[in-house]
Amino acid sequence: MSDEARDIVGDYRFGFHDEDNSIIRFDNGLSEQVVRDISAIKNEPEWMTDIRVKAYHHFVEREMPKWGNPGILNDIDFEAITYFLRSTDSTQGDWKDVPEDIQNTFDKVGLREAENTWLGGITAQYDSEAVYHSIREDLESQGVIFLDMDSGLREHPELVKKYFGKVVPHSDNKFAALNTAVWSGGSFLYIPKGVHVEMPVQAYFRINAENMGQFERTLILADEGSSVHYIEGCTAPSYTSTALHSAVVELIAMDGAKIRYSTIQNWSNNVLNLVTKRAHAMKNSTVEWIDSNIGSGLTMKYPAILLRGEGAHAEVVSVAYAGENQHQDTGAKVHHLAANTTSNIVSKSISKDGGRSTYRGLLQVTPKAHNCRSKIVCDALILDEDSRSDTYPTMEIGNSSADLEHEASVSKVSGDQLFYLMSRGFNEQEAMGLIVNGFFEPFTRELPSDYAVEMNKLLNIKMEGSIG
Amino acid sequence: MAEEILNISNLHVSVEGTEIIKGLSLTINKGEVHALMGRNGSGKSTLANALMGHPAYSIDSGEITYNGQPIEELEVFERARAGMFLSFQYPSVLPGVKVGTFLKKSIEAVRGEPVKQREFRNQLKAAMQLLDMDRTFLSRYVNDGFSGGEKKRLEILQLVLLQPRLAMLDETDSGLDIDALKIVSKGINQVVPHAGCLVITHYQRLLEHVKADYVHVLIDGKIVKSGGPDLAHKLEEKGYDWLEVKNEV
Ligand SMILES: Nc1ncnc2c1ncn2[C@@H]1O[C@H](COP(=O)(O)OP(=O)(O)OP(=O)(O)O)[C@@H](O)[C@H]1O
Ligand SMILES: [Mg+2]
Repeated sequence: MSDEARDIVGDYRFGFHDEDNSIIRFDNGLSEQVVRDISAIKNEPEWMTDIRVKAYHHFVEREMPKWGNPGILNDIDFEAITYFLRSTDSTQGDWKDVPEDIQNTFDKVGLREAENTWLGGITAQYDSEAVYHSIREDLESQGVIFLDMDSGLREHPELVKKYFGKVVPHSDNKFAALNTAVWSGGSFLYIPKGVHVEMPVQAYFRINAENMGQFERTLILADEGSSVHYIEGCTAPSYTSTALHSAVVELIAMDGAKIRYSTIQNWSNNVLNLVTKRAHAMKNSTVEWIDSNIGSGLTMKYPAILLRGEGAHAEVVSVAYAGENQHQDTGAKVHHLAANTTSNIVSKSISKDGGRSTYRGLLQVTPKAHNCRSKIVCDALILDEDSRSDTYPTMEIGNSSADLEHEASVSKVSGDQLFYLMSRGFNEQEAMGLIVNGFFEPFTRELPSDYAVEMNKLLNIKMEGSIG
Repeated sequence: MAEEILNISNLHVSVEGTEIIKGLSLTINKGEVHALMGRNGSGKSTLANALMGHPAYSIDSGEITYNGQPIEELEVFERARAGMFLSFQYPSVLPGVKVGTFLKKSIEAVRGEPVKQREFRNQLKAAMQLLDMDRTFLSRYVNDGFSGGEKKRLEILQLVLLQPRLAMLDETDSGLDIDALKIVSKGINQVVPHAGCLVITHYQRLLEHVKADYVHVLIDGKIVKSGGPDLAHKLEEKGYDWLEVKNEV
């Protein structure tokens, strides 16, 4: 690797890229025609084209968010982004039919091994579309539908039409509008009543091309009394120019259902990660966002849960790592709209080498949502003087029966902790690695063990950066 | 012939510009237990921390050799890897770091090579049996929510697992109940034959279980008196005043 490349890639292990062998690549830039072309190339029903076009116009008119990092947002050149890139003719069910360099890429990121050992199904998306897909037969025979979103629309148009955009309308924010206009790929997952999917299913999103815009759209429906654990991972090559990742994820947990959605976000630093994630939780259901943001130059993401039915429970465990040239603007939003609903939010961030982490949270309890309970814990660890952490919690409490707890802390690694660890044989970098792994443990313990190990390794690599 | 492990000559140590250790000399050979006693604030922990290389404690003059080599240039972790061990008076809490993981990584760090899971498990099992520790400890976070006695027991578990050549135990007996004191002493005694031991304590009690070869009294940064185990008894009876007066004369 050249020095220049090393400068860009740094300690990022996934910064390699394959040659662009795309079979269709749109010219950079966005217009109504581009939106229509995406829809046409996918042979979509007219109602979907209409939704896209409407969303496009909303996107054009809608102003940029004023929070997060307006400096970076206002600098985005939407004309310099590729909005659609197709790499293969169709989504394959056998890796042998996937081009070799793409196979190798998914090998290197560890997806194929996980598929073989402990996942119930996977979708591998490469730039705009899924190139590979699999699901275990036993899940299929129980009626579980797990497809990439394009196939979902083709094969189950009635379900998609009923729920698409109902949790995150295109008018929610500028980037939700953009996603609705140009979406491509993502997952469609339906779990029938009473079915418990024991093995997690996973989607992996890989950006390969330079200046790529990836706009996956995910819809998960867990019918009454069912349960599922969905995992998403992502990486991208390191380029000097900006790539844009702007996803919309909609979850619906019907009565008594449980959805756990885990994210291991490890984009390269040239990727802007502007994502809208929201869930509806019906009576006695549980929705859990287990969210990590380790990569990207700027992330703005606030997974939300609307507790719509009595007795519903929301859980958000999120961790963020902001290193050099990174701003992680993340948080959680929980809306208690029904009585006897509960929520638990744990947010942990680490800032290092001038990195910046922001917690932005909203907790709402409506007047008729009686006897709700919520606990929020935000911990920030700042590893050096140049780094920064801010917390913006907002609470809108509409009735006095709510039982609320909120704790926030900002800490530094103490000299005594370091001395203790070093007296046990750890050098400074190893000691910091242990402290950081420990700090994120409330997150990693929620992951399947293989991914927890990976996550700790990832953090240790991040820690190697500046020390020593 | 005695095998020298630690030699300190005319050591001066200061903390934030204040001199705390003011000319201390001590030699510890393999297999010897040296008890160090003295009032609160006399500088016992300062000595131990300085020996382990804590950056806040500066060595202004004097010499420390370990295994015949000066250690001034060694960083804390290098001292640990060379076989020095400090059982802390106030061990640090490491939130989210599981005891089991920590112990294995620590052994690997000190030895400088990976340890086989099976070998580790066997060693750990034996050590925990010796110290009458429950397996549930392993999945707790290091010192997080531990009682005073539990913290000390975890320090001694590390002592037994790491097999140091120089063991410095800073008030390991404080906060231990009578049974725990006996159990912890078993751990210390297992290490003694292979190491030099510096045992900092306020109480004669510990020395009933761990046989000290020498007892030293530290007053105002200097060893003012050294003797055998009887000295500890005498201190228990008479306190430190009689030594101080004599020192001034
Ligand atoms: N890191 C430090 N910063 C400031 N002062 C210190 C520091 N460490 C020790 N001192 C001071 O040095 C003196 C000796 O402290 P030290 O902890 O060595 O005493 P000790 O003999 O271990 O006492 P004890 O029996 O209470 O444990 C005290 O006055 C203490 O306040
Ligand atoms: Mg002390």
